[in-house]
Amino acid sequence: MDTPGLKQYEALSVESAAALRQEGAWRRVQRSWSVRIGGTALVVLVAVALAAPWLGTVDPALFDAGSRDLLPGERGEITTLEGATLHHKFLMGSDSFGRDIYSRVVYGTRVSLIVGVCAALVALAFGIVFGLCAGYLRWLDGILMRVMDGLMAIPAILIAIALVGLWRASLVTVIVAIAVPEIPRVTRLVRSLVLTIREEPYVEAAIALGTPTWKIMLGHILPNTVAPLVVQGTFICASAILVEAILSFLGVGLPPDIPTWGNIMAEGRIQFVSYPHNVFFPGVFLAVTVLAVNILGDGLRDTLDPRMARRV
Amino acid sequence: MYSFLARRLLATIPVLLVVAVLVFLLLRLTPGDPAAILAGDAASTEQIARIRASLGLDRPILVQFGIWFGNLLSGDLGESFYYKQRVTDLIGQRLEPTVSLAAFTILIAVLVSVPLGVAAAWRFGGWFDRMLMGFSVLGFSVPVFVLAYILIWFVSLKLGLLPVQGYQRLADGFWPYFRHLILPSVTLSVIYIALIARVTRASVLEALGEDYIRTARAKGLPELRVVVRHALANAAVPIVTVIGIGVALLIGGVVVTESVYAIPGLGRLTVDAVLARDFPTIQGVILFFSFVYVLVNLLVDLSYVFLDPRIRY
Repeated sequence: MDTPGLKQYEALSVESAAALRQEGAWRRVQRSWSVRIGGTALVVLVAVALAAPWLGTVDPALFDAGSRDLLPGERGEITTLEGATLHHKFLMGSDSFGRDIYSRVVYGTRVSLIVGVCAALVALAFGIVFGLCAGYLRWLDGILMRVMDGLMAIPAILIAIALVGLWRASLVTVIVAIAVPEIPRVTRLVRSLVLTIREEPYVEAAIALGTPTWKIMLGHILPNTVAPLVVQGTFICASAILVEAILSFLGVGLPPDIPTWGNIMAEGRIQFVSYPHNVFFPGVFLAVTVLAVNILGDGLRDTLDPRMARRV
Repeated sequence: MYSFLARRLLATIPVLLVVAVLVFLLLRLTPGDPAAILAGDAASTEQIARIRASLGLDRPILVQFGIWFGNLLSGDLGESFYYKQRVTDLIGQRLEPTVSLAAFTILIAVLVSVPLGVAAAWRFGGWFDRMLMGFSVLGFSVPVFVLAYILIWFVSLKLGLLPVQGYQRLADGFWPYFRHLILPSVTLSVIYIALIARVTRASVLEALGEDYIRTARAKGLPELRVVVRHALANAAVPIVTVIGIGVALLIGGVVVTESVYAIPGLGRLTVDAVLARDFPTIQGVILFFSFVYVLVNLLVDLSYVFLDPRIRY
């Protein structure tokens, strides 16, 4: 789709490449309150994900028939795999199997962050390769961009749902399925950056010196696309975390025994009328995480991409 | 104008062609034999072979694509493995709830977001502007199903104002139909409001900086007229553009919202088809949604001519 809105975005993002080269870009980033708030929240979440076993949790797969449907804060018993019985305080209550919601939510942080970061990296990696090729190898441009146009015309969530549903979900297939619909947007961004940068005098100089094409692409052009790609990557990460939760919630994502926020909510929805907290606790974690990534992304865009910041 | 129309129409053909190839490949690149899935677990090898032959799955892939694409052009999306019905009929049956949901959502979103965006731009940098920008980041971040449950819990369970879930056909009376659609549409419109309000604000802000605004104010026009008739009218193109781009977002949201509110629409059909690995239905629904998306953006492009007389194709 050729829409003026997107074109504008692409053209303006070229500015951010120049912005990073300016001295003090990194200091500007550090001074931004959005970056500070979003970054701090994310650091806390990463710490929670890493320290999950030591945060008063039990194995998220453990269940106890005697501790079913507890309300938040109630005490109960839970049986370990070895058969021992633990006394445990169910901070967020328990589900209809007698599993500890708090432990499942805390462990769910891991899945969300892994999927978010990996999907962003996969989408960026493919987008960079395709974008560099389309922008620099003119014969490939037409075909590649038509394929990307077609891919963009299919609503992202449908591609993800269909791919995961057909591949049988695992962590890898979920990440790839979420990343695929994001690739065209990254490709378009990289391509437009390349088209501008390749006209710069230092690229002409490199060509005149007989530098091989691959060296120009990797050594002269790629480094100048970093700033806008970091911004774009953050937004992909936020949307990937959302899409993963949606896939799990719809029952086409990761298998139900893996504790993901979407899975916890999908199980909780059946009893929503009597036990709404089973849906609300993972929902709040999900919303706060996505909000933190989005705020961080906004802050990075405002500081790395000053022209863009004034507009939207 | 007419040559632009022709060119713009022609430009959608390669896009739709690529979509068709991608959707076809999507299901051919997946592991698992569609014939085996269709036949079920208890089927013998001969039964699977018979089904494969009847579906044409034993022919070369290019021939398969040719047959499939030929049927597609004549409006035949094949027959659902699971529902044992023609996919076009299935889509037709599920169309009303989805179209209703989408229409109400767009209506609410535009009616709410455009005034909000204009007000924020008018008082740029003020408390209302900052609040709206904060809300819009929040709107992008709160997942549609979390919001759905918050609304169900508060409006339906606590206050008892609206039905928790379900759908009533328009043919059974407007009021029950409308009551069942209020919550889902409001839920779905939030992310859309966030998107449109942002772009409206940015676009009106730019227009407000133009010389003709100063002229309009200088000749003593009332402020409301300056903002609406001069600024908003000139800011319309990006706003309409983002409404078009947002349709992709809307389609994704429809799938989730229909699931939460148990609305028997196309979104629900998509999820059910994926869970049942019902290949023809998945292909049909994706093709249908993509076609709608391309069509909407075509209409958006054409609308520029009416929104902005300076644009001449």
